[in-house]
Amino acid sequence: MLRAAAVINLNGPGAYLHWGVIQLSVANLVVIIVMIVVFGLALLLPFPGRRR
Amino acid sequence: MTTTPAADPAESPGWTGRLRRRLVGTLPPEKLMPDRQPAYVASWIYVFGVLTIAALIWVLVSGAWLALAGPQWWHTSAVGHFVNSLHLWGVELFFFCMVIHLWGKFFMAAWRGRRKLTWVIGAIAFLASIGTAFTGYLVQTNFDSQWISTQAKDGLNSVGVGAWFNVLNTGQMLLWHVLLLPLVLGVLTVWHVLLVRRRGVVPPFGAEGRESGQPVPVAGHGETER
Amino acid sequence: MTTTLRKPVSPAAGWNGPTRSYDLVKEFVIALVVMGLLVVGLAVLLGSPDEGSVTLRQWAAADPNGFVATATSELAGDSTSAGYGPPYNTNGNGQQLGPVHLQNGAGVREPVDPANDFVLTPLRSIPGDPALTGALDRYTAASGDQQATWAGDYETALGNAPDNDPAKVASGDYGPVPELTGRLLTMALTGGLDAALTSQQGFYASDYTKPLLFLADGDYLAGKADDQHLSGDQWGMMNETGNFPGQAWLWLYTFWYQIPPFTHTANADAWIWALMALLSLVLVLVPFIPGLRGLPRYLGVHKLIWREYYRQHPR
Repeated sequence: MLRAAAVINLNGPGAYLHWGVIQLSVANLVVIIVMIVVFGLALLLPFPGRRR
Repeated sequence: MTTTPAADPAESPGWTGRLRRRLVGTLPPEKLMPDRQPAYVASWIYVFGVLTIAALIWVLVSGAWLALAGPQWWHTSAVGHFVNSLHLWGVELFFFCMVIHLWGKFFMAAWRGRRKLTWVIGAIAFLASIGTAFTGYLVQTNFDSQWISTQAKDGLNSVGVGAWFNVLNTGQMLLWHVLLLPLVLGVLTVWHVLLVRRRGVVPPFGAEGRESGQPVPVAGHGETER
Repeated sequence: MTTTLRKPVSPAAGWNGPTRSYDLVKEFVIALVVMGLLVVGLAVLLGSPDEGSVTLRQWAAADPNGFVATATSELAGDSTSAGYGPPYNTNGNGQQLGPVHLQNGAGVREPVDPANDFVLTPLRSIPGDPALTGALDRYTAASGDQQATWAGDYETALGNAPDNDPAKVASGDYGPVPELTGRLLTMALTGGLDAALTSQQGFYASDYTKPLLFLADGDYLAGKADDQHLSGDQWGMMNETGNFPGQAWLWLYTFWYQIPPFTHTANADAWIWALMALLSLVLVLVPFIPGLRGLPRYLGVHKLIWREYYRQHPR
């Protein structure tokens, strides 16, 4: 299988976190955290343009 | 009424005239492509719908590019692998934006004001997207496909669905992924967007009365809505 | 003069309050460009995974003892496929939701007979080997009970042998089963079994039901999946190979597989499917569900979204 050279190589053993019954990959955790942060920013950041 | 052709084209008989009048009446051009929006549409949360559609378009473009050279191309071509990467990250961004869009719409109770169908179609599109992505994983023709198919078959078989939708049949899954499910998703997406154009963006709680044709809601509970 | 009253063709809704101008098409184009840059950027930065597929040949080479044990279980009729039930065969009852047997109800629509399809038919396709033909004839001529006894005893003996090594099994009457399973291993090592299992459809093959079922009956594929955290009890449905993000949106679906009572029941798949179907229906029907549809107003996140409007239009 040809692997195109990405800048960051995510192949190789995955990093996983364990809390009791929960097992979560670091990758998925990052995605979820970024989603929550972006959602929060979307709510809080001022939206430009108050012209009528 | 006589049988002579109507002098006024707005009242021309026949299926074409009736359909045209119905369509134009439901979505006149200025509603289909407005250039003004209510002043309360002033938050970054509102961009996630269009971002989801934009991501979907990149998914479709990269998918079409993959389709040009067949399902095995990306295993042996560096360009093919790159296009596969475009497709994967397009899908990740698509779900990223769609879920944030869903969160926003939930917290806005965006189904108020005769917008229940918009929510329903959107939720079905979300579920259809999961199904479409699932068939995509199945046609990667690699270890992932082997594992996901042999696992998923048990869930589908347990409720009888597997008898018709055979996830171990790569040819079948490829056609569902490339043709049938994108068609369904496309129809749902267009319908969803047209509903938003038709009903407008949901107003804030308490401002529902300023939409024409809407009865003023009973004050107090957010639940009582028309 | 009569006035014809007609139902006005009215726009369904129209905001009577203050508006702002905006450019729909420009917004869409900007979204396309922004998304395009993100997609290309992430693809260049992170790429995508491509773990190579496992062939029967690889399995046979990596775990020949396990391969032979699996082949034996197909003949003995106690592999996963052999006892699966619909849609593959009638050798099992399938899962049920209380009194409801959806799996059974669907019937056998993808017929698979593991002993024949995975072992005997492929071996029959090998020409010019009188010893093999003799073994096959002896096996097929025997009664079903005799076949089951040979295969079952050999399966037990393999389990008891050091390293489950066929060369080290205790002596016993296993009929032609050791020879058949040994020859199947040889066939697999040449790649001939991969070809035989797909060419049963003819020249063109696009249906991988048989080789996949056989592969999944063994431990090799499952072992590789477990190494990659893809097993059912590892929240595997959410995960991707390597360090790539997977399918976080499947979190709730896979969650149920991690907890009782689903961990203890053979009907877990059916119950979880039913549960998720119900929850999906709830999601679709939120606007119609009292309590749930009132939650957004109660939670108050909207006050952030519409804070400008509420500032200018206090209630």
